Amino acid sequence: MDRLLAVFLDGLIFAAWLFLVSAGLSFVYGVLRVLNVAHGSFYSLGAYLAATLVGAVVGRGLSVLLTYPALLAAALVVGLAVGPPMERVLLRRIQGRDEVTGLLLTFAVLLIFEDITKLVWGVTPWSADAAYGALGQVRLGTVTYAVYPLALVGVGAAVGAGLWVLVNRTPFGKLVSSVIADREVSAALGVDVGRVNSFAFTLGAILAALGGALVAPMISVVPGISVEVIIVAFAVTVIGGLGNIAGAALGAVVVGLIRAAALYFFPELDLFLVYAIMTLVLIFRPYGLFGRPEVRRI
Amino acid sequence: MGTRASRKLAFIWRLFAVLGLVAAACSPAPSAPTQPPAGQPKIPGAPSEIKVGLVTFLSGAASGPFGIPARTAAEVWVDKLNREGGIGGAQIKLVIVDENVPTDQQVVQLRRLALDEKVDLVIGYISSANCLAVAPVAEELKLLTVLFDCGTNQVFEEGRYKYVFRTAAHTGIDGIGAARYLLMVKPDVKTVAGINQDYAWGRDSWEIFIRALRKLKPDVQVLDTLWPRLQQNEFSGEISKLLSLKPEVVFTSFWGGDFVSFINQARARGVFDQTTILFNNDGSNIEEFGKDLPDGIIIGFRGPHWIEYPDPNQNPLQKEFIDLYRAKYGKYPMPHGSYHVVQALQGVKAAYEKAAQAAGRWPTVDEVIKAFEYLEFDSPSGRISMAIGYGHQAVEPAVYGITKLDPQLGFSRLDRVKVFPVKCVNPPDGVKTLDWIDQGFPGAQC
Repeated sequence: MDRLLAVFLDGLIFAAWLFLVSAGLSFVYGVLRVLNVAHGSFYSLGAYLAATLVGAVVGRGLSVLLTYPALLAAALVVGLAVGPPMERVLLRRIQGRDEVTGLLLTFAVLLIFEDITKLVWGVTPWSADAAYGALGQVRLGTVTYAVYPLALVGVGAAVGAGLWVLVNRTPFGKLVSSVIADREVSAALGVDVGRVNSFAFTLGAILAALGGALVAPMISVVPGISVEVIIVAFAVTVIGGLGNIAGAALGAVVVGLIRAAALYFFPELDLFLVYAIMTLVLIFRPYGLFGRPEVRRI
Repeated sequence: MGTRASRKLAFIWRLFAVLGLVAAACSPAPSAPTQPPAGQPKIPGAPSEIKVGLVTFLSGAASGPFGIPARTAAEVWVDKLNREGGIGGAQIKLVIVDENVPTDQQVVQLRRLALDEKVDLVIGYISSANCLAVAPVAEELKLLTVLFDCGTNQVFEEGRYKYVFRTAAHTGIDGIGAARYLLMVKPDVKTVAGINQDYAWGRDSWEIFIRALRKLKPDVQVLDTLWPRLQQNEFSGEISKLLSLKPEVVFTSFWGGDFVSFINQARARGVFDQTTILFNNDGSNIEEFGKDLPDGIIIGFRGPHWIEYPDPNQNPLQKEFIDLYRAKYGKYPMPHGSYHVVQALQGVKAAYEKAAQAAGRWPTVDEVIKAFEYLEFDSPSGRISMAIGYGHQAVEPAVYGITKLDPQLGFSRLDRVKVFPVKCVNPPDGVKTLDWIDQGFPGAQC
């Protein structure tokens, strides 16, 4: 029983992290039709800036509770500083081109940012663990959990709900939905597609940076995390259906629970199972569990 | 000052040096060094400089804990050696290249060092995979290559090389030392678990440790072995499982970012209250942890590479190394890249000087190799002996201890230190590590 509880909780914690990093990726793909590999860079920048700010807060002897607003600030600063210029300067130029162009362009951006982070932050691990321990521990069954990762589950759920409300219940969400459905017709009807794109891309960047900032207290921030995260986020979005927020949530929960269960029952297979599921989904439902088959327009 | 014999030796060296200077002055193209040798006698016919390729991680995950400290220590130590006259009058010039390239590129890089840079020798390699890849190529290039840090015991157990040496102990002493130390501090241990990175280093570390432990205490039960990815960094699930299994001891070979993350996450979840964690190697982050490293962690270094072992008051080279390193970088040298690279430099210097003494002039590569085999030399890590691998592989004692915060120092020092003598943890010459373990450590002297 304890073991099942642990699998469930560990699975949810992992799912929350996966959802935070893949929701933005999926959203940006839905609106801009660009598979943004540089999403991993936003994640890594968020993590590094968060570690820096947490270090500054703790170093100044301020209350450790101030580290939590610092994490959010890191996400906003990175998203707002990097998202709009990148959309404006780079992505707008390749609008309407083949999806491969966007993939290559954003991959180049990822490599550039990888070296920039090394120049700015060096290569030794950065840690923001002050924020991890400060919320205390809780004993569930026989296993002690830190409260921080459990709180992350709440944050993941809140972000998911917020995105759903934004897309489905606000006037701006209607514009976003119309661009997702048909870019040309929306433009013809007077929707400012450029503005929607810019907004969607910035939101995606903020979400990526938020994922990085919130996970920073749980990891050592090192070079290379940008590439790792983009691979697993890609698997999650493929399972759920690219461009679909609910799909990203479902994909995250599926992958999170599978990985946690594998760790307990077949520890040798944890990665294998995740990608095996992805492969099965690609074979039987190439548009993802939540996606709908697309009608090809000529 | 010294014994009569050493004074006589010094006189002979000086005589050689004078003759060498005269010869150099007479030759049409003078190759005498611009800087006169300060403390060391000059070897006749010594070139003005000796070019040493240094291959170490300057980027990537292994650069922080091992690669950059190794470069730093190499620069500090080469400065010192050059101030004292280099190697027999030849100034050491480092050509530093990044090890962070794919294994196939590594071989290309070694060729470039030999053919384009025309280095006299290479000191290099932290990754075991790279050591295994470059050794045959070094042989082909007839390039003296001193492996300084990589751990795998396979290099000289599975291969035999003429041009390749390793001046640090291999990883056998990590696992055997860990098993022996564990049974010393916890003789009644019943249950262990392992959490190691899922690649060669993690798998080999666990294999050597658990085989040695089972040989020494057959009733030990392994509750679980976990294999997270290299640089996974996030161990919520693994820690939950360890907490629910409650092993008495968890063995891990984590290093770098994984080492830091695992300790931080395990500490926040009370792992240290119920389980003893045993790290077989990395101590490179101990100073950076400051006051945050929990007490009671068993930690080992592959040899005496710790600021208190060897005792700086007994070993002048150790004291000098720590002082020089701190003066330049404001930090202590941490195990193990920094100590290992100095061992390599000391070994190379000793081999050249021994060969020169035998030849009476600057030695050829073959003469240096002959002198290097079964050589003994002094270093900040104590006296190193190239005793196994047919004289190409160094042996060192294993050092294990338990962390305990020293508030005055500002970080943890080692408590209950045990230094296992060379013959207690190293297989004899020509015997493979795993065979030695399985045969029950024949000839071990503890």
